[in-house]
Amino acid sequence: MDNIILEMRSITKTFPGVKALDDVSFKVREGEIHALVGENGAGKSTLMKVLSGVYPAGTYEGEIHYDGELRRFSTIADSEHLGIIIIHQELALVPLLSIAENIFLGNEIATNGVIHWPQTFARTQELLKKVGLTESPATLITDIGVGKQQLVEIAKALSKKVRLLILDEPTASLNEKDSEALLKLLMEFRAQGMTSIIISHKLNEIKKVADKITILRDGGTVETLDCHKEDISEDRIIKGMVGRDMEDRYPPREPKIGENLLEVKNWNVFHQHHRDRQFLHDIHFNVRAGEVVGIAGLMGAGRTETAMSIFGKSWGHKITGEVSMRGKPVDVSTIPKAIDAGLAYVTEDRKHLGLVLMNNIKQNTTLSNLEDVSKNGIIDDHKETKVATDYRSKLRIRSHSIYQETVNLSGGNQQKVVLSKWLFTNPEVLILDEPTRGIDVGAKFEIYTIINQLAAEGKGILMISSEMPELLGTCDRIYVMNEGRIVAELSKEEASQESIMRAIMRSGEKH
Amino acid sequence: MVADTSAPTSKPSIGDYLKNNIREYGLLVALVVIMVFFQILTNGVLFRPVNITNLVLQNSFIVIMALGMLLIIVAGHIDLSVGSIVAFIGAISAIMLVKWGLPAIIVVPACLIVGGILGAAQGYWVAYQKIPAFIVTLAGMLVFRGMTYVVLGGRPIGPFPKEFQVLSTGFVPDFLSFLNPAPETIKNMVALVAVILLVALAIWSGFRSRRINEMHGTENEPFVFFAGQMAVIAIVALFIGFQLSTYRGLPNVLVVMGVLIALYSFVTTRSTVGRRIYAMGGNEKAAKLSGINTERLTFYTFANMGVLAALAGMIITARLNSATPKAGVGFELDVIAACFIGGASASGGVGKITGAVIGAFIMGVMNNGMSIMGIGIDYQQLIKGLVLLAAVFFDVYNKNKG
Repeated sequence: MDNIILEMRSITKTFPGVKALDDVSFKVREGEIHALVGENGAGKSTLMKVLSGVYPAGTYEGEIHYDGELRRFSTIADSEHLGIIIIHQELALVPLLSIAENIFLGNEIATNGVIHWPQTFARTQELLKKVGLTESPATLITDIGVGKQQLVEIAKALSKKVRLLILDEPTASLNEKDSEALLKLLMEFRAQGMTSIIISHKLNEIKKVADKITILRDGGTVETLDCHKEDISEDRIIKGMVGRDMEDRYPPREPKIGENLLEVKNWNVFHQHHRDRQFLHDIHFNVRAGEVVGIAGLMGAGRTETAMSIFGKSWGHKITGEVSMRGKPVDVSTIPKAIDAGLAYVTEDRKHLGLVLMNNIKQNTTLSNLEDVSKNGIIDDHKETKVATDYRSKLRIRSHSIYQETVNLSGGNQQKVVLSKWLFTNPEVLILDEPTRGIDVGAKFEIYTIINQLAAEGKGILMISSEMPELLGTCDRIYVMNEGRIVAELSKEEASQESIMRAIMRSGEKH
Repeated sequence: MVADTSAPTSKPSIGDYLKNNIREYGLLVALVVIMVFFQILTNGVLFRPVNITNLVLQNSFIVIMALGMLLIIVAGHIDLSVGSIVAFIGAISAIMLVKWGLPAIIVVPACLIVGGILGAAQGYWVAYQKIPAFIVTLAGMLVFRGMTYVVLGGRPIGPFPKEFQVLSTGFVPDFLSFLNPAPETIKNMVALVAVILLVALAIWSGFRSRRINEMHGTENEPFVFFAGQMAVIAIVALFIGFQLSTYRGLPNVLVVMGVLIALYSFVTTRSTVGRRIYAMGGNEKAAKLSGINTERLTFYTFANMGVLAALAGMIITARLNSATPKAGVGFELDVIAACFIGGASASGGVGKITGAVIGAFIMGVMNNGMSIMGIGIDYQQLIKGLVLLAAVFFDVYNKNKG
């Protein structure tokens, strides 16, 4: 067990103008689960890209020793050949091909280019069994959920005789049940002697499975913690990541709750694609001025769909029900009308639905409200510049200027640009859908601070989140959703992880 | 162009600036190099007044259509039907003018409206029924070509009345001849005065926008580049203006084209509509969720293309003085190529009017230069294809390197 399988020594990698990795050293023992943590931009992904040969030998300084030998990988194929396999956050599966085809893609069992299907299927079945899947190898990827797709990726890695499995944020888009299953699988692999490196923001999961934790900060190694020698708390890890104590992860707020702003009643929505299936049933809720209201629920409960169907009917069809603002019914049948009614929806998927990534901060900031920086359809460049500059400093968007393309910003800063865009429409109620997903601890704190400021200004906040501690830490009131219904409304005092889960479980029994 | 400084607030070095903007300067430099190249190879024929006039007349319709096509490509679509719209508009203008004897003053707007309707009809399927533009406009290309044959009965119609022909063969009359200092060489004073005024205006507005930028603390492009760019544009413009003035002056088409280029540049860089088209092409879903009516925007983008194709159709028909069923065959490819050479991205969201115009002229100068040299149409096609590939490769290469 004391065999060191991988040692990266003094790795330094520079991009034009930025030192992404600065003298990083990283050591992994055979058969352990080694967690790699750090804020976004700390250099975790870059380090893994150096390891796997995405950045070929010669483009970085330092040495990689794998299996006791100095290695110089010039392509990904080189590292895969030695059993180093990365599974990226964005899964690399072809949706319209079968599980079997995906697993052996580029590595087909074939003679002279003719695929041997029976053997392929048999091998796939074996691999699927190892990862605990019972699906037929002929099932199309698009027909299985994200959790199972993740397992298919792992099966694919197993097919390549993996020795060192690297998982980049494997549970980011999984619900708790699937995450649990995945972590269990990793522990089984460990028992069989496989080594894994896991990159994750979910510290509770890391605590559960990791033998060692290496913390990176600003492109340098901070420390490696041994989970077997001492009991490591989440706060201890966070301290290492941000370089200071995080006494309070959620900034305090004195709620000053005013009149009723948004009220939704009898909201019924049918599924966007399966058009005869009712997806949301009799949704009702309200948000008052200065109030932060949470919506908790498991993935697929219908939270995002509720928000989007209200926001200009951007999801679903056959939508019926009433929406009112300050007691007066409003028309939210199109997105422009919903914006006029004082609503803003900050999406959970900022890269695909929130930002025009190839455009800069300035252009993204004003996109929803070009009217206010233009006259007769002509944009006032200086007014626009001023607006973007103001939001950049107000929300502390870290970038070299407002002309930086948003694709080059970190997750937290991208989220702040999306927030700027919606704040500039001057909404009364902001719907924030997973506002801190995939962003690091420091930026999360800043987002919470912004939420508090908005509430203090008298805006109503509706916050959807899968992270229960976040809801409990920020909300004045929490609705619980399950299977397209609101199943509970909990006051701050009543709300706890247990009471939320209880509400979900109990409603599941009823139906 | 000057207002669009993508410079960071930290002072960039001149080298960095060049690297970040190599596409823009590169294109301008490429055009100048190609012009000089053919000027030498054709023993000075290229820049003769009569040939410059020809260059303008031959390429005006490609440039005009490239303006609309750029918007379509930036919006993330494509329009393959413009060549057929050109032919169809030519045909109906011939029917109205020659067969029915309607005056040009009625026929011209009527044709523009018909063009708009044809474009809008395609826009409807793309925008509201979500059928890929490639398929819709491929269908349009066949349908409109077929309609042209039906309308013309398979035979060319012509000639056209003089009042219609001036659209493309006419020149701006010389109402400033009394100012002419050297009637021996300068045959048309308006051309010279107009070009001098335009160059003065461009320089003045360039300096003005730099001053305003400074006042607001916005970064300017390095003065060397500003001055260099201005100097190149001024020299080329003055030279061409002078050459034109020694012949018959400013072609009407050049004036139409100039006004349209200015208008579309303005719309793409300064207007909310332009901004929204770029946002839509960059990320349609995000644009829609930001409150942009993406369907309506797409619909109008196609309608606009139809109007410009109709204008181009009339210019070509008037120039050939005959409406034929085969008019405009393959034009869509020239127009699309001009946009891509000019730096537009096939996946949408990227592209500039100035780029498309320069792209169209690069193609035009090559066509013209090679024709003068007597290179056959076969090799011309081959060389044009390679230039297109090289230009796009240059883009991709730059992007990967940066």
